[in-house]
Amino acid sequence: MPKKVLKEFKVEYLQILDESGNCDEALMPKLSNDDIRKLYEMLVLVRVFDQKAFNMQRQGRLGTYIQFKGQEACQIGSAFALQDEDFVFPMYRNSALLIARKHPIVQVLQYWNGDERGLRSPDNVNNFPIAIPVGTQATHAVGAAWAAKLQGKKQVAATYFGDGATSKGDFHEAMNFAGVFNTPVVFICENNQFAISVPRKRQTKSDTIAQKAIAYGFEGLQVDGMDVFAVYKATLLAVEKARAGNGPTLIECFTYRMCDHSTSDDASRYRPKEEFEEWMKKDSIERLEKYMRKKELLDDAYKQKVVEQSQQIIEKAVTEFEKMPQPDPKDIFKYVYAEMTNRQKEEMQELFGN
Amino acid sequence: MVVATIVQAVNMGLRQELARDKNVVVLGEDVGLNGGVFRATDGLQKEFGPDRVIDTPLAELGIVGCSIGMAVNGLKPIAEIQFSGFVYAAFDQLLSHAARIRMRSRGRYTCPMVLRTPYGGGIRALELHCESGEALFSHISGLKMVVPSNPYDTKGLLAAAIREPDPVIFYEPMRIYRAIKQDIPEEEYFVPLGKANIAQAGDDLTLISWGSMLKTCQDAVEKLGNKYSVELVDLRTINPYDEETVISSVKKTGRCVIVHEAMKTCGFGAELIASINEKALLSLEAPVVRVTAPDVPFPLAKLENYFLPDVDKVLKGIEKVMGF
Repeated sequence: MPKKVLKEFKVEYLQILDESGNCDEALMPKLSNDDIRKLYEMLVLVRVFDQKAFNMQRQGRLGTYIQFKGQEACQIGSAFALQDEDFVFPMYRNSALLIARKHPIVQVLQYWNGDERGLRSPDNVNNFPIAIPVGTQATHAVGAAWAAKLQGKKQVAATYFGDGATSKGDFHEAMNFAGVFNTPVVFICENNQFAISVPRKRQTKSDTIAQKAIAYGFEGLQVDGMDVFAVYKATLLAVEKARAGNGPTLIECFTYRMCDHSTSDDASRYRPKEEFEEWMKKDSIERLEKYMRKKELLDDAYKQKVVEQSQQIIEKAVTEFEKMPQPDPKDIFKYVYAEMTNRQKEEMQELFGN
Repeated sequence: MVVATIVQAVNMGLRQELARDKNVVVLGEDVGLNGGVFRATDGLQKEFGPDRVIDTPLAELGIVGCSIGMAVNGLKPIAEIQFSGFVYAAFDQLLSHAARIRMRSRGRYTCPMVLRTPYGGGIRALELHCESGEALFSHISGLKMVVPSNPYDTKGLLAAAIREPDPVIFYEPMRIYRAIKQDIPEEEYFVPLGKANIAQAGDDLTLISWGSMLKTCQDAVEKLGNKYSVELVDLRTINPYDEETVISSVKKTGRCVIVHEAMKTCGFGAELIASINEKALLSLEAPVVRVTAPDVPFPLAKLENYFLPDVDKVLKGIEKVMGF
């Protein structure tokens, strides 16, 4: 009996804007000049935020902070394709995503300073609190998307995680449930090449993370994660597909962590210098600037204005953050159950008196 | 009224809630077409359809993780884990997420889900099909932990658990799934969470237990006859438990025996004794005695009777306290 080929697969890669600012106009998603400026301004804003938060941690004005430098386009590009009523289930490296999703900057700072008030999502947008364990949020996104489907809501759930998370059972079970129940969910893997110090090749023998979707029966693709147009377009297509009832997608954003894992880490211990310098040349903001300059959407004066405007927004938020009154200590009891237990009431009394 | 076993009461409770609220969904392994390996969900998929009574892949973490997402987005998922020994694959989801969603989102999101699972030994089951982990779940703030001991309470507690705004672990006593028949109302009723039941009033000694051990305790009390007047307290909800009923009973009797199927160290009996020490120490006529499994993993079937508390062990505990 001759052997038969039962299935053959391919994995697509999408890049629209290269590191020199050259754009493949045939692949370019529909974006007005205003949209492009908005994307640019948001990228700059979150980068200014990231640097400011890092500086504040070093000055003792903020707790342990998780930087995202290098991953801005993954978060800003995908957020631009989502509606407020869609759900996002973020990971700890998603402060840029939250800012793009209307989470007040003051609250982002509050969270990283150990103040739970920072986690409460505004009522007009469905942002789930970031997950601290790795990859555990993926099944929540599948469940939320599944609920939307069963209730006939036109809502999509997106979940964000890194390359390290794809080694976990949570990722597998989420992908598997999403495939079996055809839930309207978008898996966004920000493959930044490192899980703290462990490189991507130690997480999986697969050539790409995108191809993992094939085993679960749905589409996976890799995009240039420093190309905001490619991330936006891939997410938009995945979101439209999900909204139309055609199930999940895995998007691997191929990117690089241009910062330490956290403010407690020192990436120079494990990150090859040459590799880091090569990736710096691919930066999402610089290539977008080159493109916009060619399109006459950006000149030096505008560039300067955007930086200054971003600094003003961040400084205003920092001032407000530093003036925030302390949280009410009784709040630790307030949100555990809908109603406090008798034991909790006794404990509160013991801790705080009447 | 209708005569029902515990497993039939589970089925009635689920049917009632599925019919009442279209946001209630049941999901788990074999819960649909097969009606569950214990038939707890028998006929429900036929009645409510495969979108409401859902056969899932064989993946406990996935079942619980997806239930959390469903609960966050407006459904009322009732997840079945086939045996409580398999819940631990999803323990991280319960501890790190389900229990903390209200707190972490400061009330913006909640996780109103129920996790049903049969627990306990005494039926010569396979390894890891017999454990009693109620103390583990009770050590997690944000979860509630319920263990019924009879058909009436099962239906009433299940209905109450499904209406709870927070996640509830609903432990079903597998050993007595079909051992007790009771008349229970077909119509809706509730047994509130957090309230113990005085299964029998008495003056000489407080005997506290829950779940499948309640029947063992009742058998022991029956065997005692009129020797002592025993007050039998069925805790029903382990967390948050009804401390008031426990303390007032112990203050009245001055003597207490606690019976549970889980091992002794850090079992829930330890928590009860700590509370009795804090609030009723001076009423005690004798040290409180625990009748529990020893500190060993649940043995295989041939030796399980040595592990499990039984009528004789309970009687020995009672005599120890009464003879002090």
